[in-house]
Amino acid sequence: MAEKLKVATCSLAGCFGCHMSLLDIDERLLDLLEVIQFDRSPINDIKEIEGLVDLGLIEGGVCNAENVHVLRHFREHCRILVSVGECAITGGIPSIRNHYSLKECLEEAYIRGVALENAQIPSDPELPLLLDKLRPIHEVVKVDYHLPGCPPSADAFWHFLTELIAGRDPSLPLQLLRYD
Amino acid sequence: MDHTKTFFLDGREIPFRDGQTVFDATMAAGVYIPHLCHNPAYEPHSSCRLCTVIVNGRPFAACTQPAVAGQMIQNDTPELKEMRRTLTQMLFVEGNHYCPTCEKSGSCKLQATAYDLGLQDNHFPQFFQRREVDASHPDFVFDRDRCILCGHCLRVSRDVDKKNVFAMDHRGIKTEIVVDSPTGLLRDSRLSVEDEAAHVCPVGALMLKRTGFQVPIGSRTYDKTPIRVDSVQNFKAREERRHG
Repeated sequence: MAEKLKVATCSLAGCFGCHMSLLDIDERLLDLLEVIQFDRSPINDIKEIEGLVDLGLIEGGVCNAENVHVLRHFREHCRILVSVGECAITGGIPSIRNHYSLKECLEEAYIRGVALENAQIPSDPELPLLLDKLRPIHEVVKVDYHLPGCPPSADAFWHFLTELIAGRDPSLPLQLLRYD
Repeated sequence: MDHTKTFFLDGREIPFRDGQTVFDATMAAGVYIPHLCHNPAYEPHSSCRLCTVIVNGRPFAACTQPAVAGQMIQNDTPELKEMRRTLTQMLFVEGNHYCPTCEKSGSCKLQATAYDLGLQDNHFPQFFQRREVDASHPDFVFDRDRCILCGHCLRVSRDVDKKNVFAMDHRGIKTEIVVDSPTGLLRDSRLSVEDEAAHVCPVGALMLKRTGFQVPIGSRTYDKTPIRVDSVQNFKAREERRHG
């Protein structure tokens, strides 16, 4: 039997909806696991990619310094990198903050927010520094494929992965192409 | 009616009547040409350039190009598809098109056209321009984030409703739709629900309040029929009403 393809996944500034939709392929996961094995992923809680993996799936845009670090780590360790979902591809809902300055956003949430006591903007050194603007991931690293949807449906995931694994063009047919 | 005159579109012979545009004759023959700023119910505008076809070797906007007998026209070519994809991607990065939260999703011509062109990414960096929302009117919300500057509202308000409620202000990347009222707000304008201009926005920029989710996501116009098919069907139905 051929060696299984290694797949790593992560969620940056996303809501994990894309990961949930991937799991939503239900019993087809068993078929998928015949040909792939998960490397670093929130699904198995492996923290770092060791060596090189075949496929990296990125959910979410880039909103802080840690996101940049993780994204670059994935780019360095993934032969093929896929931008998954509205937030990774366009910035999505989190990018609505881009219409305001970071200061305005933080003050709105932590200073002027409702029912706050001792209002202050969090500054713990362990918190990753927020970027000035949230960015789609292809603006930070080279991306090989895009899988749109919010989230991409389970069928879209299935089509994309099986076509890619079979060495074919994984573009979505019209009935699976959705941005919402 | 003279139906003997023809031109050739991608090698297929298309009949036309005198005075018809390349766009009208082609759509009447059942062939879709992607378009955004043109609504066949109104005069063409030829600003979005999505309907560009190659006529005798040169690019023209099909919606304003008069049909001439013997023209050799290309519509469905990889180069034109790539150009249309690029134009559509530029519209997506210039505005703020959040499809997941948009009430128009599924009946939006920009989105449906992007589906038809198979767009899976926007290629260019997002502009993230800040654009103002005008929710002042009791019946409408005007969300400039979603505006593609097709000018439908402006032209229909001017030409059909004779009210001139809308205009375009500034130039280039700063171009925006502005409202004719003392405050610049829709609330103080003459726009009313009876106006035709209130119902022509092809995207979710000018929308009637309290109607956004009357039709559930998944059951909307382009959920059921791809824009390629829907446009031609609508065009033919309109032609039949007009010419019998």
